[in-house]
Amino acid sequence: MRYVEGAPIADTAAPGGPIETRWDRHRFGTRLVNPANKRKLTVIVVGTGLAGGAAAATLGELGYNVLSFCYQDSPRRAHSIAAQGGINAAKNYRNDGDSVHRLFYDTVKGGDFRSRESNVYRLAQISVEIIDQCVAQGVPFAREYGGLLDTRSFGGAQVSRTFYARGQTGQQLLLGAYQALARQVNAGRVKMHPRTEMLDLVVADGRARGIVARDLVTGEVTTHLADAVVLATGGYGNVFYLSTNAKGCNATAIWRAHRRGALLANPCYTQIHPTCIPVSGDHQSKLTLMSESLRNDGRVWVPVRAGDTRPANQIPESERDYYLERIYPSFGNLVPRDIASRAAKNVCDSGHGVGPGGLGVYLDFADAIRRLGKPAVEAKYGNLFEMYQRITGEDPYEVPMRIYPAVHYTMGGLWVDYDLQSTIPGLFVVGEANFSDHGANRLGASALMQGLADGYFVLPNTIGGYLADGPFDPVPADHPAVTEAETGVRDRVARLLAVNGDRTVDSFHRELGRLMWDHCGMERSEEGLRKALERIPELRQEFWERVRVPGDGEGLNQALEKAGRVADFFELAELMCVDALHRTESCGGHFRAESQTPDGEALRDDERFSYVAAWEYAGADEPPVLHREALDFEYVTPSQRSYK
Amino acid sequence: MAVTGGAMFLFVIGHMAGNLKVLFGPEAFNEHPKWLRSIGEGLLGHGGFVWIARVGLLLSLVLHMTAAIQLARRARTARPARYQHRRPVQGSYAARTMRWGGVIIALFLVYHLMDLTAGWLNPVGDLENPYGNVTADFRHWYVSLTYAVAIVTLGFHIRHGVWSALQTLGASNGARQRVLRGVALGVAVAICAGFLAVPFSVLTGLVK
Amino acid sequence: MRLTLRVWRQAGPDEDGRLVDYAVDDVSPDMSFLEMLDVLNERLVLDGEEPIAFDHDCREGICGMCGMMINGVAHGPERATTTCQLHMRHFSDGDVVVIEPWRARAFPVIRDLVVDRGAFDRIIEAGGYITAPTGSAPDAHAIPIPKPDADKAFEAAACIGCGACVAACPNGSGMLFTAAKATHLGLLPQGQPERHSRAVDMLATHDALDFGGCTNAGECAPACPKGIPLESIARLNRDVLRATVSGAHKPR
Repeated sequence: MRYVEGAPIADTAAPGGPIETRWDRHRFGTRLVNPANKRKLTVIVVGTGLAGGAAAATLGELGYNVLSFCYQDSPRRAHSIAAQGGINAAKNYRNDGDSVHRLFYDTVKGGDFRSRESNVYRLAQISVEIIDQCVAQGVPFAREYGGLLDTRSFGGAQVSRTFYARGQTGQQLLLGAYQALARQVNAGRVKMHPRTEMLDLVVADGRARGIVARDLVTGEVTTHLADAVVLATGGYGNVFYLSTNAKGCNATAIWRAHRRGALLANPCYTQIHPTCIPVSGDHQSKLTLMSESLRNDGRVWVPVRAGDTRPANQIPESERDYYLERIYPSFGNLVPRDIASRAAKNVCDSGHGVGPGGLGVYLDFADAIRRLGKPAVEAKYGNLFEMYQRITGEDPYEVPMRIYPAVHYTMGGLWVDYDLQSTIPGLFVVGEANFSDHGANRLGASALMQGLADGYFVLPNTIGGYLADGPFDPVPADHPAVTEAETGVRDRVARLLAVNGDRTVDSFHRELGRLMWDHCGMERSEEGLRKALERIPELRQEFWERVRVPGDGEGLNQALEKAGRVADFFELAELMCVDALHRTESCGGHFRAESQTPDGEALRDDERFSYVAAWEYAGADEPPVLHREALDFEYVTPSQRSYK
Repeated sequence: MAVTGGAMFLFVIGHMAGNLKVLFGPEAFNEHPKWLRSIGEGLLGHGGFVWIARVGLLLSLVLHMTAAIQLARRARTARPARYQHRRPVQGSYAARTMRWGGVIIALFLVYHLMDLTAGWLNPVGDLENPYGNVTADFRHWYVSLTYAVAIVTLGFHIRHGVWSALQTLGASNGARQRVLRGVALGVAVAICAGFLAVPFSVLTGLVK
Repeated sequence: MRLTLRVWRQAGPDEDGRLVDYAVDDVSPDMSFLEMLDVLNERLVLDGEEPIAFDHDCREGICGMCGMMINGVAHGPERATTTCQLHMRHFSDGDVVVIEPWRARAFPVIRDLVVDRGAFDRIIEAGGYITAPTGSAPDAHAIPIPKPDADKAFEAAACIGCGACVAACPNGSGMLFTAAKATHLGLLPQGQPERHSRAVDMLATHDALDFGGCTNAGECAPACPKGIPLESIARLNRDVLRATVSGAHKPR
């Protein structure tokens, strides 16, 4: 194997005792920062999505000095904005049997028993406060005629606990956080650095003390120093080139932190979202997700006969295979994402797929339109239908949509303890960038919940325990850690520009993405992963020999930005494959062909794999070191997931 | 803009009403200015009201033009580099022609005052007989044409102006927006028709 | 199909720019407009030229990062569509497509088609929020909001801050953007306490940033990819007028 066994992780800072009071007791046990001292403490927050924006705003409100960074031109553009479906909260406004405990249970089960009970319970508790907070900020959630909040049931849940704002929930929640952030900018508590990309972490005397960042407009490389650093830089789905992430989403911040000593946990857990618009050609630059709320009323089917090329409308009812309803009668079209995605892959692999290249299945609203009427369907899904029509040129009111799975979310990320602190003291990680709450698979409408829980409520409380020791001695500008990091960044920029080869950055990215999709995508096998592990280093080497990055580093250079990100994706991709190869079980978003039940369902191996795999960077071309964090289940007994 | 425009808009309506008296013959028409001068005579003296109105209108005009010039200058500042390629009109034609329309109306106003208020440019120029002045004017096609162009321009100006004023003063909302646009258009058409009735009547011989 | 692109190239904020012609072959009707530019850029890189810089991120019409004048129309010929969601099936073989950046003093060009829209952030910072510090919120059901109000607020909240309204406005005014936020928050009960100060402060900042004045020309709303209605501006005006008449709030 290509890794080295390291010491297990002993301390996750999680309290014991009854799970219901753990968060309470933990907060009580956390030291507080004297209000007068908060003014003297500076926190860097990288990323301005739900987690980062909420964290920066809240830390500002608490009185800290906050430096906030994003690569976009405004904090309002972070990719949380694209989340469509909704946000879960255990409000039980519907009186349909929901509770904090049920949300906790569903999330642990949905994560295929690979997450921490303590974290998930806290998340479920906080979910309730998030909705209150967002409504107070003016987030225009959908309402019923009585004026109260509307909810819907969502991907894999049997209770109606998902709050939403049409198909733009992420946008509205993000604007809430952005506006809170803007208020703190106005109050002078937060200093914004838009169009600035973090390229390295400064670790001085054992603590995370700052970042090295490049101003994307002037090209200037500068070190920003602080008492603590918070990374809220999102997931790494773009390692696959085609994903539902924004084009700029990247892993550079977390990967650089990883290289500086932060453990990276469960990188192989990636979520493939079942309802995306299929690829239309080689020019495809990204994939567009359509909210899986569509599965509430749409029915998924393929032709019974493989290779049937008739238009959907000409295929009679008897020759349609509603395969989700057939295989999973009790959940039907609402099975969790991983199951829906793999089922789509299976029917397409067996030749039943529709559309260009046979990579698509139908999502049909004819029944819903008959049952509810077109106006009702339009009210619920109108904007999604428009989006689909805009992209494909087809009218989903008339012909069924075509959908196919696409990489959407990465459950893995930097390892953090219960305080959301990484293994580098003073480096905190929130939102999708950390690995914490979703285990091996994330339930629908839980990403927004986790991002905001981390940003508004968890981090602002836990970071105080660390900062209570501060302010720390100022780091001088000529500290070896600073000069080393700055020089490293400048050298790397210079190296990328100097190659001047004959291939574009995108061509490498596409090739890497294809490799990862084929071998580390919806289904992984030992053979495929070994192939990928052979090819990735070759491709990486070729990248450094043949890439062509035009222009210079002295101003806006988008090719240069991309090149740096892709270079890091190569290294991360290798670790993902190592992680996927070592985990010979199937669980959640990680499906190993070798580990399945006789009828093709994921087969977990709790005996051997009930742990978090946290990887340590050991140096370039050195095998990574595996640290295991054992997972205990006191409240939810692991069982084989079944949605039949 | 909205307030000064509103004041002048009221004047235009009054002016139009007065003009239409031409259809009732010379006496009725020539009586009108006399009546105007007699308004509030006891308090303001003969012609006092007219002078107050003139001062008010002049003030409105100056403020209106000042605001227009300021807006135009702000617009120029706001877009120092122009588009190389720009599709001409997307919104309403009236909205796009407010500035040049305003200039045309202002130029016409100067001529109009010299013609019919002062009588300098009028073929008759008898201040005691406005009816004679007006009919003498409009028998010339070029005078009628100039007048018609100015009135149509004014119509456009009012169409956008009325709607825009309501919008600026916050009277517009979603439900009312279409109604208000309709009202603005209707008022503009009515004013155009009212003013054009005079040269039309003269040219067709309805009024001699 | 084959197109001729006439693209604004400008090396930096202080450099002079000009339109440069590029022939693009093999344009697929299923491509998005930005994917077509991607293809052109890859070719330019291999030919040793500098690729065209343009802003983009989510490519699903929601982040508001993309935006360019396409044949003189903000975001191109399709209504209610951002540049990233515009597909090439709306163009025909042989078309000449002129592509320029947003032009406004408040949006200076950084490079090629990339402009700095930080002025929008300044307007929001001036008051485009509800003061609700984390943890201070009452239960979400404490204040029922009539559905029509919530829906209307949502309609205005859909603004993505792309800047098309400014780009399309003959006066270079940012009133539709400003009004959308004032409308979103001003329609909700939570937004009432700061309703008038918000309107006054945001408008004062808007004016101070060298955006032009609104003459209700009506070019902005048709250009808006999210269909923010023009009436929002009337609503903002009403709030500002009320605050001015009552003298309750002077701009900060």
